[in-house]
Amino acid sequence: MALEKQRFDTLILGAGGAGLNAALQLANADLKVAVVSKVFPTRSHTVAAQGGVNAALANVLPDNWHWHMFDTVKGSDYLGDQDAIEYMCREAIPTVYELEHNGVPFSRLSNGKIYQRAFGGQSQNFGGEQAVRTCAAADRTGHAILHTLYQQNIRAKTHFYDEYFAVDLIKDDEGVVLGALVLNIATGEPLLIESKTTLLATGGCGQVFRTTSNAHINTGDGMAMALRAGLPLMDMEFFQFHPTGIAGKGMLITEGVRGEGGYLINQDGDRFMEKYAPNAKDLASRDVVSRSIVTEVRDGHGCGPEADHVMLKVNHLSEDVIAKRLPGIRESARIFAGVDPVKEPIPVFPTAHYVMGGIPTDRFGRVMPTSEDNGAHLPGLYAAGECACASVHGANRLGGNSLLDILVFGRLAGHNIIDYVKDNGAHRPLNEAAVEQAMGRLQRWRTKGEGLTVSQLRNEFRKTMEDHAGVFRVEEMMAEGVEKVRQIREKLGDVRLTDHSSTFNTNRTEALELENMIDVGLSIAVSALHRKESRGAHSRPDYPKRNDAEWMKHTLYWNEGDKLDYKGVRVQPLTVERFPPQERVY
Amino acid sequence: MIIQDSDPSNIARLRWQCRRGMLELDVLLEAFLKQHYVALSPRLKRHFVQLLELPDPIIHAWCVQGQQPEDEAFAELIASIRATRVA
Repeated sequence: MALEKQRFDTLILGAGGAGLNAALQLANADLKVAVVSKVFPTRSHTVAAQGGVNAALANVLPDNWHWHMFDTVKGSDYLGDQDAIEYMCREAIPTVYELEHNGVPFSRLSNGKIYQRAFGGQSQNFGGEQAVRTCAAADRTGHAILHTLYQQNIRAKTHFYDEYFAVDLIKDDEGVVLGALVLNIATGEPLLIESKTTLLATGGCGQVFRTTSNAHINTGDGMAMALRAGLPLMDMEFFQFHPTGIAGKGMLITEGVRGEGGYLINQDGDRFMEKYAPNAKDLASRDVVSRSIVTEVRDGHGCGPEADHVMLKVNHLSEDVIAKRLPGIRESARIFAGVDPVKEPIPVFPTAHYVMGGIPTDRFGRVMPTSEDNGAHLPGLYAAGECACASVHGANRLGGNSLLDILVFGRLAGHNIIDYVKDNGAHRPLNEAAVEQAMGRLQRWRTKGEGLTVSQLRNEFRKTMEDHAGVFRVEEMMAEGVEKVRQIREKLGDVRLTDHSSTFNTNRTEALELENMIDVGLSIAVSALHRKESRGAHSRPDYPKRNDAEWMKHTLYWNEGDKLDYKGVRVQPLTVERFPPQERVY
Repeated sequence: MIIQDSDPSNIARLRWQCRRGMLELDVLLEAFLKQHYVALSPRLKRHFVQLLELPDPIIHAWCVQGQQPEDEAFAELIASIRATRVA
């Protein structure tokens, strides 16, 4: 049967906040827009963002974007690009107002203005008193934004391909992206979408680690497509871990539990944080607590039959305190850990939460294919959201800046695409060889016979990533991890599907996702091995200090030959003085 | 209706629709589908299909946070989902 083809001005892969905000700009400008999403759009991971969006609206306390910029540069441990950060913090304000006008039901102050709450890492006056900067819609900010953007896109006649999986980008011989091959999950039929411009907005990749707070859909699909298209990923070694996820499952147990007096114990019942952080103890910073937990487990003090986690003790608090101050924790622990925290401690382990790195872009969402900092970008290809790296988070991300990143850069990518399509109004000729190559990725999974199952190799891979490229990063262990992941990549050829049906074949989709995760996992493992310093979320006990002289630079990883290169941090903002590196203390 | 609900392709469709934006729902709904769906009454099967059409925060509030559904018809299904073993 002939391959079905459709043509659009713009193809957007992913329907979270970045993809939908870009799509809305484009559809409102009467461009013909296709959005491809492997799940129904309002089930994208943006829905899980509860906290809010940072914007210096000054609705509660004095504020301005320049203070927001300072906090973001400092939070990035000086690895963020200061031009992009300035741009994001300035654009935060019109972006939030545009969302308000589009109907996002933000919570309100008594004077009618948008409600804002205080989050960690935010200050007034360049490191002074706590700022109140995070705009929220109750505890459902992500859902409120996603739902509103989806409805507005329906109104604006964006074309949605729901439950379609993006297989690969299609490029011509000059490297220009012509669209993508996608797979209809419901029927198993491929579809070729030709487009003048393509935006990757496929979200994060937390599923590469065994323990993650990310939804199952977060498998780094767009990042892997970029790698296979010969593009680099930037700063992938910077992965934010939350210290207390439910062991073996990953669901977050809020820091509020330790704030209310909960504490961590090892298999002997010892309160081990007293040893690692004698003053702050269990309230030490996230990276310190995460590393302490992993150290206890590695030293043989872990709990459970596999001695692979520690315990979070709250049962010394009264049932009344737990019910009043920690609502939801008891239910989560009961359902996902099988324990009642009123009676027993909760098994916990650090959980992978957010990747700061991704597909390198400039502040207009244009993908930058080289390590040259000369403004070169790939015509017609854009990336935005967690899959992208506009380098606004650097080595660590502030709370409230992730929704901001996806919304600002989704919107700006949309604006830039409108200009690009004005000047490049025609579709380029299709490259049949590239289409064949992408189809080959599907055909490979038609091979029948005995072999490893997808879940066997996925379990081995995710455990390897957790053990060798997770929180605890020392040279020998990471080098071993890189080799192990390379061997796992070789084993992919031995994997066979157990289901060859056409309709909603989850086994096939998970196989395609596993290929993506392994490619992305290697980018993390290799980038982390070679960064010989500690900065932000990347912590090396063998190189415990930040080293600005040698390492204030971005890592770029290409999967061909696992090649690395580096480029300098853009320290010059657009209109203000640069913030020179300082020790990052809070 | 019962035969249709047990159709493997329908189970496959529901399995994909248990892929949500929140990890908690992924894990809980998928485990429930695998362990209990086939044995449900036609009425509860219908409710499960309807539940999957709802926004994630509502399903989360009922299934994870323990809030009671305003629609009593869902109460029995939600109680079963909350009792699912996810280990």
